[in-house]
Order: sequence, then structure tokens, then C-alpha cells
Amino acid sequence: MIITLRNFPKDNILFLIGVLVCMLWIIIAVLSNEIVPYDPLFQTLERRFEPPSFEHWFGTDTLGRDIFSRVLVGSRLSLTAGLLTVLIAGTIGTLFGAVAGYYGGLLDDIMMRVSEMVMAFPAIILAMTITATLGPSLYNTILAMVVVSWPNYARVMRSMVIHVKQNEYVDASRTLGSSKIRTLLKEVLPNSLGPVIVMGTLEFGNAILIFSGLSFLGLGAPPPNPEWGSMVANGMENFGYWWIGSFPGLAIFSVSIAANFLGDGLRDYLDPRLRKTFS
Amino acid sequence: MELLKYISRRVLFIFILILGITSMVFILTQLVPGEPELAYLSQRNLSDKEVVAAFRARWGLDQPLYIQYFKYMENLAHGDLGTSFRTNRPVLVDLKQYLPATIELALVAIIIATFFGILFGVLSATWPNSFIDHFLRTISVTGVSIPSFWFALLVLYVFYFHLGWSPGPGRIGAWSNPAEPITNFYIIDSIIQKKWDILNESLQHLLWPAIVLGTFTMGLITRTNRSSLLETMSMDYIRTARAKGLGKLAIVTRHAFGNAFIPVITVIGLGFGNLLGGAVLVETIFSWPGIGMYAYRSAVSLDYPAITGVALLIAVNYVVINLIVDIIYGIIDPRIRYQ
Repeated sequence: MIITLRNFPKDNILFLIGVLVCMLWIIIAVLSNEIVPYDPLFQTLERRFEPPSFEHWFGTDTLGRDIFSRVLVGSRLSLTAGLLTVLIAGTIGTLFGAVAGYYGGLLDDIMMRVSEMVMAFPAIILAMTITATLGPSLYNTILAMVVVSWPNYARVMRSMVIHVKQNEYVDASRTLGSSKIRTLLKEVLPNSLGPVIVMGTLEFGNAILIFSGLSFLGLGAPPPNPEWGSMVANGMENFGYWWIGSFPGLAIFSVSIAANFLGDGLRDYLDPRLRKTFS
Repeated sequence: MELLKYISRRVLFIFILILGITSMVFILTQLVPGEPELAYLSQRNLSDKEVVAAFRARWGLDQPLYIQYFKYMENLAHGDLGTSFRTNRPVLVDLKQYLPATIELALVAIIIATFFGILFGVLSATWPNSFIDHFLRTISVTGVSIPSFWFALLVLYVFYFHLGWSPGPGRIGAWSNPAEPITNFYIIDSIIQKKWDILNESLQHLLWPAIVLGTFTMGLITRTNRSSLLETMSMDYIRTARAKGLGKLAIVTRHAFGNAFIPVITVIGLGFGNLLGGAVLVETIFSWPGIGMYAYRSAVSLDYPAITGVALLIAVNYVVINLIVDIIYGIIDPRIRYQ
């Protein structure tokens, strides 16, 4: 599962588009404060509701703020939320699933019931309740998303570990005297990571959808920070001015579809069975 | 026998699930700074210690947490989900009122999603890597990545605001009266009472929210169906069928489809479970008076009895749907063993 540049799936156009779009957004997020044409918070009340023009590419919003600048800066919150959620939930879920799958028995049973319980709890309602209770802020929203998404990784990881631990090199490592925990970390874990990485990529898109959905409902990062979901909500309240909600929504869509292209491409690449199709 | 044992284990799990979910919400209620009285009492009353104490006593919030919990479980055992802070009515009554709207919406959504998901999946897998495959895969990946609230906004803007082809938000027009509530399902009620214009109107109101809601699941079903079919296509018996001279479409629909169907059922089942609980955004935008909207309003006003009620309903329903899916597996493929 070593990915090198040489055997990267170059022929998969969609995968390449996914890589490019993700890289573009990351660059935009890092540089946004330097490259925006206008201050995203600056209000020009006499220039409210202006449709897209050469001056304001995406038009202006209810307070006369430049939507293009707000979309660019809005990438910071969404990408941060997406990345942190995937990293934290991915780490917790992977370790949880690895331990459950590797040790098996009663421990596995209990751990899997716990993860099932969290999965059965309706994700968006749990997330809404957590953010409503703790108060809307970037980190509370991330916490809520981590709570609802870690079991996905745990389940995938567990089934991989159960499969991988039957390999002879795992027995060999134990016979050579390495401890259980060392075998798990050194042999089993690295060889089980493939599907979890695919999952993390797909979940990144998902996290951005959930985050912007919560913000749309007013449960994400508080205003006036530009955030895509709350910008779409602003467009919903000002229905006749299509540009207010359309462009931020398009931004969310572009990130989440790019993450999906990326994940699909990685999966095809890591699972050669899917590559051969009868023709 | 094996199946019975399996079912009883799952039913036992439902009880554990109820314990787990109620305790999760109870732990949440203890986290600062979300205090329900902040949401329900005016600024003036909040500074009045007696009013606050009365409020807390009224809802049992002055008791230690474990007593609140035991009280709640005791009531739950009697089929009482408590009283909503917000609506001041028993949560059960609220749920009964909002649930039919959600079921109606979710059912139409899952029917649309299943129909197109299976159709697209079969077409894609029959001609893999063709133009039609790429086109349908683009649709399915769009379906899973488009933000539902943005999609809903576009639909309302284009088809309602601009073209006037679709009715506005809500289950029925603002100037119409629904049929007498018997089941609270507008479609069933209007059929029973033979009010065809109401039926027509309700269906029109249902169509777009259902499409928006079903798009994500449609994408998942297409994707799963396609990859599962392609995996089946590499089997020996498919090669035999091809050697006999059968056409591609006949092979896919007659030989591969049944064998590739199990993962698809899983996705349909999970998808339906998610639709019943995940309709918060779509219901809010389309002013659809369902469980999702109820959940949203309860969550933002820290109405914990209502939140617990909704969560229990959706979670138990989710587990039951999974159980039904598992039982269907065994019927479709008798080789499957339950453990």
C-alpha cells in the first residue's frame, strides 16, 4: 500500500481533478487573507445586494460585503473543521477498532456495542444537541462531529484487523518475542490502514457537509466570521438575490465532490479487484 | 432456531441502546453552560431566584441527576416520554403528530432513490467505462456530495420562485385545508375521503423535498449496486453465461443482479433509517412539519425531554430496520448464517 509518485493512478481523470481542487482550496485557505480583493468583514451599506459584476465577482450581500472575498476566507473555517474532524475522529476510531479487532472476545463485543450505540444515535441530532448545549463555536462543532463520526472508522478498522491478524508474519512477530501491543502497532496496524485512509478522504467531504449544515442552522461558528453554510442561510433569507447563497454553496459542493473523487480514486487504486472490469 | 436466537439478541440490544441513549442525553444535560431555564425564562424572571427554583422544581431539575434518570426510566417503562419544555405537551403526543409527515417524505424519497439507484447501477455495470457509465457515475457522485440545504435552495429558487412549476414550501398550499386527519398521512387521508384535488396537491408538495432528500441515498445505492455488480461479473458462472451467448444486459439483470443484491439492500435499509432521522435540513427549508424540524427546534431550545424522545425513536427505528434487513438477507440467500 506504499503510494509512490510513479505508480500513482495517473489515468484517472476524476482523481486528478479531485487532487487539484483540494490543493487549490488548501492554497486559497492558507493565503486567503493576503489575496482577497476586499476585507470580508467590511460593510458598505449603500452597496447592498449588488449582483455579480467586474468589481464584485460574486456580488455583495445584505450588508454590502464582497461575497467573493467572503467565500475565499470562508474556506479557512470549513477546511479546518473538516481536517481536524477527520484527524481526531480517524485517530480515535482507528485505535478503538484496532484494539477491538486485535484482542477480540468480550472486549471486542463490548466495544462494538458501544460504537453501534453511537451510530444508532441520529448523527445530526446528536451534533445539534451538543452544539446547542455547549454553545456554537468552531471547536464545539468539531467536538460534535468527532463524537458522531469516529465509529465509522472503528468498524472499518476492526474488520481489517481481524483479517490482517491471521497472516503468518503476525504470528512470526509474536514468536520472535514481541509483545501483543508492539505486534499490533508494528505489524497489524500499518497493514490495515488502506481502507481507513480511503474512508478518511470520503469522510472529509462528509465532515464539510455536516459542518456547513450545522452552520446553516446557526449551530456552527458564530458570525461575523465568513462561513459557507451560514452564507447560504443568508441567501435563503434573501431569496430573490440568487448570488448570495449560490456561490458559497458551490464552494461547499466543490470541496465535497473533490474529496469524493479523491476517495474513489484511492479506493480503486488500493483495491485492484475493482479495476478489472469485464469488457 | 439460529435466527430466533439472533433476533432475541438484537431485541436485547435495543434495551441496552435505550439505556445508552438516555444516559448520553442525561450526561449532556449536565454540561455547562446549557441551562434550560436560560432558554425559557425571561431576563427578569432569571434574576428572581424563586422563579428559577420553581421552574427547576416544576421540571424536576432540582433533583440529583440519578433520581431524574430513574424517574425518567420509570416513566419510560410506562410508555411515558415526559413532557416537552417547549410545547408543554407530552413528547409522545408531539411525536405522533410530527411522525407521519416524516414517514411520508422518507418513503417517497427512498422509493425514488431505490428506483433510480438500481437503474443507474445496472446501466453503469452493464457498460462499464462507457460514456453512459461516466455520466451516471457523475450523477451519483454529485448526489453524495451536493449539500442538501443548498440543493433545496436552488430547487426552490428555480422551480418555485422563477418558473413557478413547483408549489412553495409546506405539506400543502397555505390556502388549502388538508383532509380530516385520520392517520395524519395526507396522502392516505385524502384517498380515504376521496378528496382528489387535495391528494394531487399533497403529492406535488411532496415531490421536490423527496427528490432533494433522496438524492444522497440515490448516489449511495448507484455506487454500491455498480461495484457489487462488477464484482459479481468476475465470477465463473458469469463467464459461463457469456459463453452460452447471452447478451450483456440479460447477464446483468438475470444472473448477476440477484447475487449482487445483498450489499444494495444494506444501503437501502441504512439509507431509509438515515432519511427518517437525517431530514433536519430538508424539513427546515421546506417548512415540512416533521420529526427533523421538531428535533431542530427542540435542540436549539435545549428541550431535553423532546430531544431524548426523538433520539430514542430514531435510534430504535434504526436498529429495527437493520434487524429487518438482516432477516431479509437470510431469505434471499439461505447460505447466510446468523451469529
